[in-house]
Amino acid sequence: MSEVVKFHFLVDGEDFTSAGQASVQMKKSLRQLGISPEIIRKLSIAMYEGEINMVIHAGGGEADVLIYEDHIELNLVDRGPGIANIELAMQEGFSTAPDNIRSLGFGAGMGLPNMKRYSDSIQINSKVGEGTQILMTFHL
Amino acid sequence: MKISEIQALLEADIVCGEEMLDKEVYSACGSDMMSDVLAYVKDQAVLLTGLVNPQVVRTAEMMDMICIVFVRSKCPTEEMISLARESGMVLLKTRKRMYEACGKLYACGLCGNGEAK
Repeated sequence: MSEVVKFHFLVDGEDFTSAGQASVQMKKSLRQLGISPEIIRKLSIAMYEGEINMVIHAGGGEADVLIYEDHIELNLVDRGPGIANIELAMQEGFSTAPDNIRSLGFGAGMGLPNMKRYSDSIQINSKVGEGTQILMTFHL
Repeated sequence: MKISEIQALLEADIVCGEEMLDKEVYSACGSDMMSDVLAYVKDQAVLLTGLVNPQVVRTAEMMDMICIVFVRSKCPTEEMISLARESGMVLLKTRKRMYEACGKLYACGLCGNGEAK
């Protein structure tokens, strides 16, 4: 693969039940490209967590996946409220999700830690009141 | 263990995926917290849960699981059934509660960590 393969997704923030559609779609596309199952699983879990976060906290956002010869970049951008304390948000179990989200099986404070766990590198840029950008890299 | 054995042990109804009952699975996990499934599950092919919403099917899909058992008589919605069909997943539902359902499967050799019991 010498050319960069790009995918772009809009994450609808209106409806929690539809969250994850982009990740399911991406997973299928990665399978078609012949990427190894282990990488597919890691990337799709990280993207799914990102999508869920964007729907819970930010009213949606955008996800871009760029596939290079030796690595994949996953870039998530939203214009939500931003993360006040990134260090705290990275701690397992810390969550600001409302109770109704917990009753749906999420909001356990594992989203960002999971993104870190499943990616090879993660960079979070966030400004309160402006939004959040998360760039993850996966080695091929 | 074949999925058909899970169905028999839990006296479960098949919601969809009847054609895949012959598939072998080696481990399972039980949780109502999808965040934890995404964090801790490794190669478990079966999810037991009492939670009913489309994210349950998507979570299982992300983890490459092939069978979801709904405990406590929980009934998946039409949307969940169609998502499961698209992903080639078996959905079962049982009247048993989580503890008993997990215990029965574990006692019959379906372990929790991907290793043979």
